[in-house]
Amino acid sequence: MNKLNLSKASRRSFMTYAVVIIAFIVLQSLAAAGAMSSMLKGLLVPICAYVVMAISLNLTVGILGELSLGHAGFMSVGAFMGVTTAVSLQNVVASKELRLIAALLVGALFAAVVGFLVGIPVLRLNGDYLAIVTLAFGEIIKSIFNNLYLGLDSHGLHVSLLNNTLNLDEGVKPIIGGPMGIGGIQKIANFATGFALIMVCLIIIFNLVNSRAGRAIMAIRDNRIAAESVGIPITKYKMMAFVTSAAMAGAAGALFALNFSTIVANKFDFNTSILVLVFVVLGGLGNMMGSIVAAAALTVLPEALRQFADFRMLVYAIVLILVMLIRNNPTIRTFTAQLRRGRKGGAKS
Amino acid sequence: MSELKKKRVATKMVPVQSRAIVPDRDADKSPILECHHLGIDFGGLTAVNDFNLMIGRSEIAGLIGPNGAGKTTVFNLLTKVYQPTRGTILLDGADTSKMSTEQINRAGIARTFQNIRLFNNLSVEDNVKLGLHNHIGYGMWGGVLRLPRYWKEEKHAHESAMELLKIFEMQDLAKAKAGSLPYGAQRRLEIVRALATNPSLLLLDEPAAGMNPSETAELMDNIVRIRDLFQIAIMLIEHDMNLVMGICEGICVLNFGQVIAKGTPDEIKSNPVVIEAYLGKKDKKKKKEAKTDG
Repeated sequence: MNKLNLSKASRRSFMTYAVVIIAFIVLQSLAAAGAMSSMLKGLLVPICAYVVMAISLNLTVGILGELSLGHAGFMSVGAFMGVTTAVSLQNVVASKELRLIAALLVGALFAAVVGFLVGIPVLRLNGDYLAIVTLAFGEIIKSIFNNLYLGLDSHGLHVSLLNNTLNLDEGVKPIIGGPMGIGGIQKIANFATGFALIMVCLIIIFNLVNSRAGRAIMAIRDNRIAAESVGIPITKYKMMAFVTSAAMAGAAGALFALNFSTIVANKFDFNTSILVLVFVVLGGLGNMMGSIVAAAALTVLPEALRQFADFRMLVYAIVLILVMLIRNNPTIRTFTAQLRRGRKGGAKS
Repeated sequence: MSELKKKRVATKMVPVQSRAIVPDRDADKSPILECHHLGIDFGGLTAVNDFNLMIGRSEIAGLIGPNGAGKTTVFNLLTKVYQPTRGTILLDGADTSKMSTEQINRAGIARTFQNIRLFNNLSVEDNVKLGLHNHIGYGMWGGVLRLPRYWKEEKHAHESAMELLKIFEMQDLAKAKAGSLPYGAQRRLEIVRALATNPSLLLLDEPAAGMNPSETAELMDNIVRIRDLFQIAIMLIEHDMNLVMGICEGICVLNFGQVIAKGTPDEIKSNPVVIEAYLGKKDKKKKKEAKTDG
């Protein structure tokens, strides 16, 4: 009985792991064989970053049941802090991979701290306050990084919110240059690391969901008053889910940024937050596999639609609407339900 | 059933303080719950006022009253869903004024709700495991990293949950989604979940609402069985007088936020103030009007 229960709880997660691993192997071998267009090749790392963004936001929206409209803000924190780390370590650590991992970790750490600070006041409240505050938070973070100057020289780290007041040594250029963002980044992000990041995030989320803490988080989503009545500290578990989600977004931001030679704060605006939310809603709330597929497909789609030139975004919108219509079509729903039932029946006999 | 009834009749209520009574077997122990002059105002409206109550360690107490009398408000005060405006609540002799809802539960009060509040998207077993939440001994990282402790504690939790579900013979439903259960089973699951938190006082808010007479009779047996099995105090709000008069040892009647009577079922049944609260005053003028209308 116990064994059966475990396998049932983990079957879905193992399916998701398997799909991600198979997709990685197929894409990697295609790239190695040279059978992949340069367009898709350039998209591999952004896809990984957006997939991590989608599953991390799904933790907040689908599992915790709180709406976050500023997820790009955490991505931004992770991106800038991660790249700063990578650039600072350029002359210290020779290995690209180590620098990349350090950047991801620092990005995640800073995003987690920021998530914690945002969460302190907001997660104590009930209702839609988190959506309102995260919306503002995204804009504030964008504004801060648009005005942040940061440089490293023999005297250490210099930080300023005003231009030309860094007082760096002669010949040393600032790392973050306000609205110019960070330029001349070494592109050290690669697909394999992106894949590893997805796997780590998936393992953390699935293991969290199938544990004591995850149960408590879902209980808060289902019925806050009942959760309180059985002795679950609401704020603690809300914070746990939110900070974990923010940390993952930070790591995704660092990965994303280290794939481009320049990064500016305006890249991580409200539209990016909504884009990630679209991945989550389209893939299904609480459905990690759905988020992954939606994130991958919708990252490739705009590029694949380049042939439509001016009508690109129009076609993109139509595709989104069609997907939603098809997902909710009763005929298709009963059909998939029948398929599922048939599979279950087969498994039993 | 009949045996239980005999046992119940044998219980004698004895006064322990001027205004409180508890079953005689609990008389030498300190009461599990004491309320002194409890009251709450919502703006200018006094919902509950000067509520005094004492519940014995293993007592089944009833809280009755007409609709809107403030019964559920009393439960919400006891569990700190509302902060009382006046008065004190002592749980096992300790003041609870600084506690939050979640701390109250850990201190020993568990409850069910009038309109069922289950975790609908989770399985029946997970619902019970959530009741066991504070008795499972591993943290977030133990779960994420799947440390040996996780497997041990989860196995233990699974066994405890199954044992608790067995009380209501619900162990076969363990895998079902709580939201998909029939109404009666949802009510029972809520009681199991509350019991899982290992309370010393269980508050049941209309446990028999929507049940047919045979289900109610079964529920009565179960409530007494739970009390005997876990040796806890139970306080229930109920409109089904058969249930209240059948199993409650002490009854408190509330009307317009005021306690109008306290006593054993027999005393309450014959108390004119209670009858008036439920049925209204005998009024000759009204009778006349009714006659002329007819």
